[in-house]
Amino acid sequence: MPRLAEPTAVQPVESAMVPRLFRLVDRRQDTADTFTIMLEPNDGVPLAFIPGQFTMLSAFGVGEVPISVSGDAHVAGPLQHTVRDVGAVTHALARTAVGDVMGVRGPYGTGWDVADGHSRDVVFVGGGIGLAPLRPAVLEVLAHREDFGRVVLMYGARSPEELLFVDELKQWEDQGMEVLVTVDYGRESWQGRVGLVTKLIPRAGFDPRSTLALICGPEVMMRHTALALVGRGVRSSRIRVSLERNMRCGVGLCGHCQYRELFVCVDGPVLPYAQVTGLLGLREV
Amino acid sequence: MDDEVRMDDIRGMVLFVPGLQSLIDLLRERGWAVIGPTVRDGAVVHAEIESVDQLPRGVGDLQDAGSYRLRERDDEALFGFAAGPQAWKSLLFPSRELLWSGRRVGAEKEVTPAVVDAKRLALFGVRSCDLHALAIHDRVLAQREVTDTAYVARREATFIVALTCSDPGGTCFCVSMGTGPVPDEGFDLALTELLGQDGHRFLVVPGSDRGQEVLDDLKSRAGGGEVMPAGEQDHLGAQEVGAAAAQHMGRSLDTNGLRDLLYAHPEHPRWADVASRCLACTNCTLVCPTCFCTSVDVVSDLTGSATERWRVWDSCFTTDFSYLHGGSVRDSVQSRYRQWATHKLASWVDQFGTSGCVGCGRCITWCPAAIDLTAEVAAIRSGKE
Repeated sequence: MPRLAEPTAVQPVESAMVPRLFRLVDRRQDTADTFTIMLEPNDGVPLAFIPGQFTMLSAFGVGEVPISVSGDAHVAGPLQHTVRDVGAVTHALARTAVGDVMGVRGPYGTGWDVADGHSRDVVFVGGGIGLAPLRPAVLEVLAHREDFGRVVLMYGARSPEELLFVDELKQWEDQGMEVLVTVDYGRESWQGRVGLVTKLIPRAGFDPRSTLALICGPEVMMRHTALALVGRGVRSSRIRVSLERNMRCGVGLCGHCQYRELFVCVDGPVLPYAQVTGLLGLREV
Repeated sequence: MDDEVRMDDIRGMVLFVPGLQSLIDLLRERGWAVIGPTVRDGAVVHAEIESVDQLPRGVGDLQDAGSYRLRERDDEALFGFAAGPQAWKSLLFPSRELLWSGRRVGAEKEVTPAVVDAKRLALFGVRSCDLHALAIHDRVLAQREVTDTAYVARREATFIVALTCSDPGGTCFCVSMGTGPVPDEGFDLALTELLGQDGHRFLVVPGSDRGQEVLDDLKSRAGGGEVMPAGEQDHLGAQEVGAAAAQHMGRSLDTNGLRDLLYAHPEHPRWADVASRCLACTNCTLVCPTCFCTSVDVVSDLTGSATERWRVWDSCFTTDFSYLHGGSVRDSVQSRYRQWATHKLASWVDQFGTSGCVGCGRCITWCPAAIDLTAEVAAIRSGKE
């Protein structure tokens, strides 16, 4: 180690890496491995976000994970995130009790920009946990239902037990949204559809020439869904996908989430399909 | 041409070796720790120096893919070597840095942001490749919507003494990248080492107001035989040093249409070929003066009541780098080498308006498998496997 001079300019710096503290005020178990947490800021200042953005949720002593906000952007109330318990940090978040404190940084990234769908049909396609990042956009559209044409949600999950927001899906239908649900595998008691979500696209009620399509799910599902939508005549510039990459900082500095020239945490997560069409066809980018 | 020389003539000064010592003394008096090259463990590395005697006098190097050896020079040059293993980045962008610490207090938690220890450093002998690397880090870390505030604080506390590279190494290709060998901007002072019949001396020119201030101070204080005004011969001599260095690049890289070339060939068989040799050891990313990727380590005590978050250097060559639940996005070495090379030479241009490569050659020299980035790119360009 080089021997260095005594410090002469010690100073505190504002760092985007330091979280704000939030308290868990409520918690809901959505499925066997997925739960929704409701957070209130310790400092009383609500965290404003736009639908599609994510935050970095921090479990003390364990680490941080990027999670999309799943709550309503336009109604005051606790900050909501719907989380699947798949790793060390999400497991620690799963065990957090009401009253406990966790860290939040953000919000970060781009949004769905549903206003771009005004006077058009809006198609949501969600796969599995992918419905959670779409939920704030669904709520925004339904809150201004008259501004849009036909509104369709196509939602696929592996099994009926893994469907999210089941009670809410009925409300959304009542508010003027066509809801089409499908699962990969269903027991005999399952009366609904079985099969890939892409199979719903040819018969869903929307006008492809005037449609805004928002897709969130596993990458392979988003790619095939986008191809099917383009196949039906939706312009690729009017299709948006929400990409998932390993995000550690949320502000474009750590480099982890790079998708060729894109920093997914800053340039995304919501990106026009037209911008990533070529990349989605490549492996291991 | 003559006009140019006369302008430099007015600004420049010549330091003899005792004058160089006076410059080091003066920088130290003004509160800068002087960090310069010195020999340790068979390599030229950076350390705090107080004396010109600590500089690598008469030391040269032999560099090739996967190979670095010091050699004895047949002269008394103090800077007669090429880029060593360390870039300057570890001084401004440490490999490990505390972000914040947290504490559990009953049911509550406290978060305390780290303070930045921005030492005043004078980087002594910064080659043009590394000067460009600093400018790239400024762009990446300091000229963003959200900045690395610790880097910014350190950078502002840094004085830069640049150096005209006089004896480039076998893996150097700064001429190809347009980044050297003569420092053009971004320094406070620039040195060119002159050896010859007029004696061992250094042409020094200012590149900033504070550099000029230091020079003025030096001129007023230096004793006889330490400094003298620069003459036309000194400037011509310095130009010759730079011109000769430019002729002695060990490697070259054809950058013509490079971004589009790499974007067009993500499935080129050469990526699999290089992956069969690459150990994914991360050496190239660690020695690279522009690699900036980081991760955050969580350090906690056993009771879980105290925790710290450390920002640490990371490398796109690890599988963990691209990990998402269930597995890594870039599982194969092939995809990781492609990511590194494509980022460095192609997507960096889209992100930051400049290539991420400055042609310093460190990734070639310090690759244990002797992989040569310039050869890999040439193979992709030629269409060969």
